[in-house]
Amino acid sequence: MAHGILIPAKDKLFNLGEFFTFTKGNILTAFILAGGLIITLVRFTQGIGSVANLSDVQPWGMWIGFDLLCGVALAAGGYFTTVACYVMGMKHFHSAVRPAVTTAFLGYAFVVVALLYDLGHWWRLPYMFFFPGTTSVLFEVGLCVATYLTVLFVEFSVAPCEWLAEKFPFLLKWRALVNRTTIILTIFGVTLSTLHQSSLGSLFLIAPGKLHPLWYSPFIPMFFFVSSMAAGGSMVIFEGMFAHKSVHHYMDATHLKEADEVVFSFSKAVSFILFAYFMIKLTDLLVQANTPYLCSGYGVLWLVEVLGFILLPAFLYAKGARERNLKICRFAAAATVLGIVLNRFNVCMIAYNYALPSAERYFPSIWEIWISCFVVTMIVTAYRFIVYHMPVLYEHPNFKDAH
Amino acid sequence: MNRRKFLTILGSAGAASALGTAGAAKAAGGTHTWPYYENSYGVLHDTTRCIGCRRCEEGCNKANGLPRPDKPFDDLSALDERRRMTPTAWTVVNKYELDDKPVFRKLQCFHCNDPACASACFAKCFQKQPDGSVTYDGSQCVGCRYCMVACPFYVPSFEYNDAWDPLVQKCTFCEPRLKEGKLPGCVDACPMDALTFGRRSDLIKVARARIKANPGKYADYIYGEWDAGGTAWMVLAPSASAVADEKHPLAETGHEFKALGLDTHLGNRPMGELTAGALGAVPMIVAFWPVLFGGAYAISKRRDALHKAETEAVIKEARDDMANAMDAAVRKIAETQGPGVADTARQAMAEVLKTREEACANCGHHGEDK
Repeated sequence: MAHGILIPAKDKLFNLGEFFTFTKGNILTAFILAGGLIITLVRFTQGIGSVANLSDVQPWGMWIGFDLLCGVALAAGGYFTTVACYVMGMKHFHSAVRPAVTTAFLGYAFVVVALLYDLGHWWRLPYMFFFPGTTSVLFEVGLCVATYLTVLFVEFSVAPCEWLAEKFPFLLKWRALVNRTTIILTIFGVTLSTLHQSSLGSLFLIAPGKLHPLWYSPFIPMFFFVSSMAAGGSMVIFEGMFAHKSVHHYMDATHLKEADEVVFSFSKAVSFILFAYFMIKLTDLLVQANTPYLCSGYGVLWLVEVLGFILLPAFLYAKGARERNLKICRFAAAATVLGIVLNRFNVCMIAYNYALPSAERYFPSIWEIWISCFVVTMIVTAYRFIVYHMPVLYEHPNFKDAH
Repeated sequence: MNRRKFLTILGSAGAASALGTAGAAKAAGGTHTWPYYENSYGVLHDTTRCIGCRRCEEGCNKANGLPRPDKPFDDLSALDERRRMTPTAWTVVNKYELDDKPVFRKLQCFHCNDPACASACFAKCFQKQPDGSVTYDGSQCVGCRYCMVACPFYVPSFEYNDAWDPLVQKCTFCEPRLKEGKLPGCVDACPMDALTFGRRSDLIKVARARIKANPGKYADYIYGEWDAGGTAWMVLAPSASAVADEKHPLAETGHEFKALGLDTHLGNRPMGELTAGALGAVPMIVAFWPVLFGGAYAISKRRDALHKAETEAVIKEARDDMANAMDAAVRKIAETQGPGVADTARQAMAEVLKTREEACANCGHHGEDK
């Protein structure tokens, strides 16, 4: 190709060389993966208690708070981008769709992998379909995540099909079928996302006594959904930032040409969403008469979250989009992503069990944190594998017109 | 549609979801009946009688064949620290201070009328039985521990150190013993009659009678009669002088129970109802979202079609204009210079036009997808 992108050919399907060079990234990856494998072995042979600081009062910690809650929220880029491109008809986002769907698919797939660490009887996960507890929010989350993961797999499957089509031509039929159903998949995806993104917040509705009033709200499902939109848009920008650094040589001219416009358009959209999110958080504070709580440690934490990681990035996004300043937009994206993580940590860990004496409170063990890093590293590695082999950041020359 | 419209639609979607939640909450409230099992059993724990002897712990331990603890049951120094239930100790007695006097309270599963754990379990492991007990069947437990998040009393405990069959453990109300016509192990072991077993409806009358017969002895409230939708196990607390200040006369309501480590803000509805509204919105979203987004898709398609037609019309008009102008020019040339020159001019103009159009088509095609 004109840009010198290495495209796997029929007789040379693999391009693994990038993994085996001595770069800082590869060494760090190997280190985290090796450690993670050992902890995995301990976890699955000695029990959760051997590696985690979880207790009877804190049954959900880092693995739920980060791997599940943050993982799902930050994988919202998939539905956000497909809706913008296909439903709203913003075709200049087209080159952003595949990277977004790819990361969303990987995000959800590894949410399930990470969940297995946290489940006592992980091999019984499908039991929820055999003994459906329909009164449980968790059942709805499970059902939606399972279905949406399938949808994402189908949406994503186009890329591996194009990679392998020369060797296995029957894949072309599947690819054509998926392409015909794009809009149905997209609408199905946004419906499922609305449901489970909000339901992750609904999980905590049942525990009003445990979650601090500044975070407990009947509107928590809406907070989780609205913030997932902001997270989705921001993650596209945030990931793009790293992709431009590390896998720039796999991007084609269209992708590079559209990339900046995607950043500015998404910045404008996320700016609006963050303002809306700020307004509903503020309204919730007022209607629930929670203002007295602001004069406490938790109040300061709430203000930091809402002012520093919702309102500030909202302004920065607006400024960045208006002045077409890539740096500001990227900074705002990083702040938003960090803010989502802070919010999920607050709900699941920091403001959870707020009334308990500090001796009974939870702090994750180094091994729990390592497993979370392990999962993130696996996602990054899988992403790199996909980008090195499949047309995600470039259009495959054999399928030029098909887009 | 521009991005502003896109956001408007997303915004109204959020509002619709909130409305859905509110509506469903009302509907779900109406579907419940109470009490579920009129003749179910319960236990009344009278903390004014409890001496903290830990015999109930021992009784529970024996009745359920649990492993012996490190500290023997007659070692009362165990009461010096605040304990909680563990996978091998389904009930524990704790010491609290009320008016500088020690008060002992036994902790175990409250066996709620409409249990939060059962509502939260996504594999249907928990069941409220007609006899009043809340039972747990670990054979289909996935180990997600949402029951532990849901329980307002922090009752279920989990076998974190078991790799192969980690289960949730909690007081069973000695359900197998009830079936044999025996009392629960702890009730059987109590030497002070601090635990009274009976039908829940009777226990409430017994509790009221005690409060009435002993003026000033009890706090005038039966904990568990209504809390969290009502529980099978209920607690009576000694009355104590309220430490309320003038500013907060109402703030100390139920302070006796608070001092015994009981949550007095659970409300009188089952905890599961708090999630009913959100779950009720699910079918609404499933029904409405495809229409909403399908509509948005149709609008954007229509806009594209209109835009395309408009562009084509403009192009056709320009092309017609150009052709007319060309014709006029060529005719003029033919009149003044003769037909030969006119032909050359026509050819030259047609060629230039063709190359320009081709260039235009190429750049136009690039931006258009699908």
